[in-house]
Amino acid sequence: MSDTSARCIPSQGRGSLTGAWGNGTPGGGVGDSPRRPDAAGKVLGTFTYASDLRAEGMLHGATLRSPHPRALIRRLDTAPALAMPGVRAVLTHEDVPGRKHYGLIVQDCPVLAIDEVRYQGEPVAIVAADDADTARRAAQAIVVDYVVFEPITDLRRAVFDPACPRVHERGAVAGHDNVVRHQPVRRGRPHDPRIRALADVEITREYEVGMQDQAFLGPEAGLALPAPDGGVDLHVATQWLHADREQIAPCLGLPEEKVRMALSGVGGAFGGREDLSVQIHAAMLALRTGRPVRMTYDRRESFFGHVHRHPALMRYTHGARSDGTLVYVIAELLLDGGAYASTTEAVVGNAASLGIGPYEVEHVAVDAYGAYTNNPPCGAMRGFGAVQACFAYESQMDAVAEALGIDPLEIRARNAVKQGSTLATGQLIDSPAPLAEMFARLREMPLPDEPDPGALQPGGYGNTTHGEGVRRGVGYGVGIKNICYSAGFDDYSTARVTLSAKQGEPVAIVHTAAAEVGQGLVTVQGQIARTELGVENATVAQADTRVGSSGSSSASRQSYVTGGAVKAACEAVRELVLERARAHGIAVPDDARLGGGKLLTSQGEPLADLTQILGAETLEATREYRHRETGPLDRLTGQGSSHVQFAFAVHRAVVDVDVELGLIRVVRLDLVQDVGRILNRQALEGQLQGGTAQGLGLALLEEIVTQDGKIRNPSFTDYLIPTILDMPPLGMEILEHPDPAAPYGLRGAGEPPTLSSTPAIAAAVRAATGLPLNRVPIRPEHIALADRRADPRVGANREVIDV
Amino acid sequence: MTSPARTASDSAAGTIRLTLTVNGDVLTADRVPPGISLLTALREHFDLPGSKNACEQGECGSCTLYLDGEPVCSCLVAAGQAQGREVRTVEGLAAAEGVPGAVQQAFIECGAVQCGFCTPGLIVAVDALVRRDVELDDAVVREELAGNLCRCTGYEKIIDAVRVAARHVREVAA
Repeated sequence: MSDTSARCIPSQGRGSLTGAWGNGTPGGGVGDSPRRPDAAGKVLGTFTYASDLRAEGMLHGATLRSPHPRALIRRLDTAPALAMPGVRAVLTHEDVPGRKHYGLIVQDCPVLAIDEVRYQGEPVAIVAADDADTARRAAQAIVVDYVVFEPITDLRRAVFDPACPRVHERGAVAGHDNVVRHQPVRRGRPHDPRIRALADVEITREYEVGMQDQAFLGPEAGLALPAPDGGVDLHVATQWLHADREQIAPCLGLPEEKVRMALSGVGGAFGGREDLSVQIHAAMLALRTGRPVRMTYDRRESFFGHVHRHPALMRYTHGARSDGTLVYVIAELLLDGGAYASTTEAVVGNAASLGIGPYEVEHVAVDAYGAYTNNPPCGAMRGFGAVQACFAYESQMDAVAEALGIDPLEIRARNAVKQGSTLATGQLIDSPAPLAEMFARLREMPLPDEPDPGALQPGGYGNTTHGEGVRRGVGYGVGIKNICYSAGFDDYSTARVTLSAKQGEPVAIVHTAAAEVGQGLVTVQGQIARTELGVENATVAQADTRVGSSGSSSASRQSYVTGGAVKAACEAVRELVLERARAHGIAVPDDARLGGGKLLTSQGEPLADLTQILGAETLEATREYRHRETGPLDRLTGQGSSHVQFAFAVHRAVVDVDVELGLIRVVRLDLVQDVGRILNRQALEGQLQGGTAQGLGLALLEEIVTQDGKIRNPSFTDYLIPTILDMPPLGMEILEHPDPAAPYGLRGAGEPPTLSSTPAIAAAVRAATGLPLNRVPIRPEHIALADRRADPRVGANREVIDV
Repeated sequence: MTSPARTASDSAAGTIRLTLTVNGDVLTADRVPPGISLLTALREHFDLPGSKNACEQGECGSCTLYLDGEPVCSCLVAAGQAQGREVRTVEGLAAAEGVPGAVQQAFIECGAVQCGFCTPGLIVAVDALVRRDVELDDAVVREELAGNLCRCTGYEKIIDAVRVAARHVREVAA
């Protein structure tokens, strides 16, 4: 950061904006569960989140957003806002200093709407004022004259109907048709009648997944400080500082080095902070006014201020022999990307390549489509394209099992991939895929007792039943998730590690740009440094752009890639220690190592204290780490080794359902997951528990309900995330089958449980009710009113109903 | 309840002077807009951002604090309503400056903190819970904390923290 960051006010007791995350408890290497270095600040209320930032002379930013999902802007009059006392700037697209569009993959998203809006909530103008209330009122005072058009909201029509108007008739991708990406996967001859004849049973069903929200609790926020060199310092809550900067700088008309970014405290992310929110707007206002500007969304604005999980329409056909062996799978997945592309392209890649699940099938045809519509924009959320497919293919596995009278775990075991299997994309699974062991372990986990009349019933404290209409069901779900960025992406991380002696103790400092978003990466980075450098005291510096990119805190990749970078940088520092020791005349054997603050022989005999070797010197090394290369999927056949690593999770759900009222209580969830190697058990368990909860939310509660392209439930009153009462106890078995290609043998772990818990719960509810339930979230009326409707989907989700 | 004190200059600007006892100290802020919540007043006018602004409509519990000894959602209390009253926030639950109190320590030990945005509100809610004379079986803990949303943890480690906190607090009390 430039020296202007000194103007930030770390208020009393609050951490410095540019300081370290804190020292935490010393000690704790790889495999231990040391306390989080940021935990003390978080429990004391002194940890600085982005929405807590303040600076002297700070202005407050606000955004005027479109009320319409599809409209032309005939006139935009900012004069009434500018005339209000306390208003310092009102900016529109005409004020964007550089490039007018940005985007993670396709630069199709206007910084501020240009003559047209494509979704409800699209930013049209921004305001800076002396206080937040004035800024908000000024934004509302801007006069916009819209010509409103009927929005394009029908996903199927957007993909297949050539007569459907284009969402992007004008603009940065003018003339692009509504299909952002179509990715086929072809293997064998699934349409050949001779192949079809091999199946004893064929099941065709349609499935639907609603639009889920990341619902991170810390709202989008950031502070922009104008710098004397004409640049800007940005403190924001984000998942990838460098990707932000790559998009921000051209729009500001600045070289990247004049956009200096630092990570502020992040209140959860789950994919929802991959796309930009306040960044360019706050920077524009700061540069225009010459004053610091903070922007903070409230919860309602947050629902419009970030992309969501793609809703999906899916049609699957499974053919199987009477013994349960799958012969062919034909699948079509439609994913609604909404108004702008965001990461839709990559989400489609995942949906296609992982579309039939962790099963060996000889004959496969998958077609995954991502589309533009005037619905809310969708992009990254935990599970990223693999979640939607998992609900469908696991529901299909149950349907085939039921048709053949086979146990649901047994049919999965008969078809499951293992090390050495080939996926439908032709990619070889070349590291452990211990699904057979995982199923066996899950079977051994105890089931809860039969419904206890004294226990909480569905409906909870509403006392809606004494148990008379309550039925129990058990269901299973298995998921396969790719770890790290795929399809040839240059997915690297950078780490700078220094080692010096301070107050008679060797101290390591790890500096990366990797975003700690709550997952515990900041802890793991310190653990790696302690293990590799043999020191007790390892501190992680605040993430910022003074060091190279670490890539995104996405795709369950940071322990792998940034972990790998920290390990590599530590190894380089260790080499410097050995060189320096030799220069001091110490006879250092080639297999010497560091431990307990000393240089040791391989047998652990001390050769010298690190502090002596270091003296007044600071040893420093910066290393980039890259995982092995991947390749693209062939555009027509979907063949290619596009993924780095695969992770698997299997859930069992036990539910009690009041079949009369449609109320559901999840009684218990059990999870078996292979993680390769446990780096930090406590943090890992937290990831598996939290990921499972988000899958439960998608199964039973969570959906952004839209009508004519407009969000009907942008609040935590109407968009329900699981409470502590909704979550059952979670049993966990964590397996460690190392992946030799990965640092420490680890396997990314954060996303897989989000895949598998949703279909497990849906299957359990089906088992309890006997209903097909082909849509999540499952709502009470899908059960209570099911027998009165030919199609359980009819009329579903047109009303916001609290479960 | 005392009515909001208005000085001549303040009322001209439509603002109030707000005096609260916060974590044992009598503090005053001038030019507080009367329409804002106690949460916003603490965060923006008293330099106490520990209480969190996650939903600002009483659904998530992230802003929970003690008002005259009762845990409340401070986003649902108008700043003026708190005039002259006693407020205790998460910052006031430390054992000493920078030293976590019993409930805070339990959250650290149990790994009940991930992103931490729900944590300040939960710390206050759990503090209130463990100090009540109730049996802390699973059903009671879940019912009592149902007003506090957490998006990261799935709540399991928060329940662990409640048990550890109760042991610490009740041992000290006994």
